[in-house]
Amino acid sequence: MQIKTQRDGETLSVLLTGELDHHSAAPLRVELDALLSDRSIRRLVLDLSGVSFMDSSGLGVVLGRYKLLKERGGSMRIRGASRPVGRILKMAGVYALLGQQDAERGEGHVG
Amino acid sequence: MLDNEMHVSFLGVSQNESFARMVAAAFASQLNPTIEELTDIRTAVSEAVTNAIIHGYSGMRGMVMMDCAIRGSTFTVAVRDEGRGIPDVALAMQPFYTSIPNLERSGMGFAVMEAFMDSVTVESEVGRGTTVTMKKEIAAVGCDE
Repeated sequence: MQIKTQRDGETLSVLLTGELDHHSAAPLRVELDALLSDRSIRRLVLDLSGVSFMDSSGLGVVLGRYKLLKERGGSMRIRGASRPVGRILKMAGVYALLGQQDAERGEGHVG
Repeated sequence: MLDNEMHVSFLGVSQNESFARMVAAAFASQLNPTIEELTDIRTAVSEAVTNAIIHGYSGMRGMVMMDCAIRGSTFTVAVRDEGRGIPDVALAMQPFYTSIPNLERSGMGFAVMEAFMDSVTVESEVGRGTTVTMKKEIAAVGCDE
């Protein structure tokens, strides 16, 4: 799993590329938490457009980062999820939790 | 379609999760499934294998056995471990339930398996291991879209 980041003020955008399963979740979690240790980041945008596979282990990573941001009064958005990835996120109610309306594709609620 | 079988076993380590789902999907592709059906199978197998590694063996060394079969238009996959077993299968299958909350597990593994496959049965015995058997009917005429 590869990650690319972009910082814009209080917002950190992270583009994930590869397969997100239990095996890749652990190093990804470490990497994301190292980035988020900068407490001036209050908004996380996870761009999943490069994620070709995700199972419920990916949900754990997403929900865990949401919790982290929420604890510091911040927020999180997801964008670019493919249909199968979006389906898993939707099953767990992730879009509803994030307050995103576009449950199917998870796009267009970034700004 | 001729009936067919495939059996594979591999060490219960996370590196083998992608191997397992790939090999199951490659076998199932004989039924000419849609891309979506193949994704369903890959995802469900990934969940079952991950459970065997995390919950069945949880750090212990052990093999995961995967038996795949094609009977008519039905694809069956059984994922078996000889690990610690599940004391309460009904509880384990509840959405959002996880026995190890500190590991940031979503507790959605069985819910995903049930959503993506036609049937999921779990046989487990504490101290002996767990077998998760999943079936999926592949529509007679598959297409690539």
